[in-house]
Amino acid sequence: MDDQKKLAIIATKGTLDWAYPPFILASTAAALGYETQIFFTFYGLQMLRKDLSGLKVSPLGNPGMPMKMPFGPKWFKDINWNIPNAVQSIVPGYESLATALMKQTIKNNGVATIPELRELCQEAEVKFIACQMTVELFGFEHSDFIDGVEYGGAATFFEFAGESDICLFI
Amino acid sequence: MNFDKELDARGLNCPLPILRTKKTLNEMTSGQTLKVIATDPGSVKDFAAFAKQTGNELLSSSESGSEYTFFIQKK
Repeated sequence: MDDQKKLAIIATKGTLDWAYPPFILASTAAALGYETQIFFTFYGLQMLRKDLSGLKVSPLGNPGMPMKMPFGPKWFKDINWNIPNAVQSIVPGYESLATALMKQTIKNNGVATIPELRELCQEAEVKFIACQMTVELFGFEHSDFIDGVEYGGAATFFEFAGESDICLFI
Repeated sequence: MNFDKELDARGLNCPLPILRTKKTLNEMTSGQTLKVIATDPGSVKDFAAFAKQTGNELLSSSESGSEYTFFIQKK
């Protein structure tokens, strides 16, 4: 189908929060009939790993992120724990704690998990391309990544992106 | 309204109601009607947009309390 719309995404971030936009947009676009491709480069490669437990979220230096508890009575959940950066940075495991709380909030809100969204993308035939240069730069092996990933470079990206209707850098 | 299949998307958030709907429609034949129940307030606009872009017809969209019901006829 030549009249099929195309969406090209470049995914460059490697945190739990930033893993959402590429997978949500790609899976939805596929459901709407778009041919969709995601080019994963630099930290975005984290999203292709077999083991996704390395995806974390950090409130440190992120003033836009509310720190709220996903349990307890409503008045407690509504509190925004405004913890100074200096304190966040010296507490061991602060990032892991924030990630665990975020995952619970995600679950409480009926929001899909990243492994689930990634699988939905694959089912919908979203094509995943990993940047070979950054795979080598960071010392990854192809065996670190899920099956079905293709490997290529910038020229590979432009082959599809040049024909795309929408192109996003995330 | 008559329907051939029902999808319970209650408690699911964007983009899951749309993705499940698409998947369910794939298992149906042209002309059949799918009933979807959702609780995501964003789904009202999303289902209208989904229908418009995919050509599946949104026969009805209604709200009752915190639940939204959609009837979609497969293209």
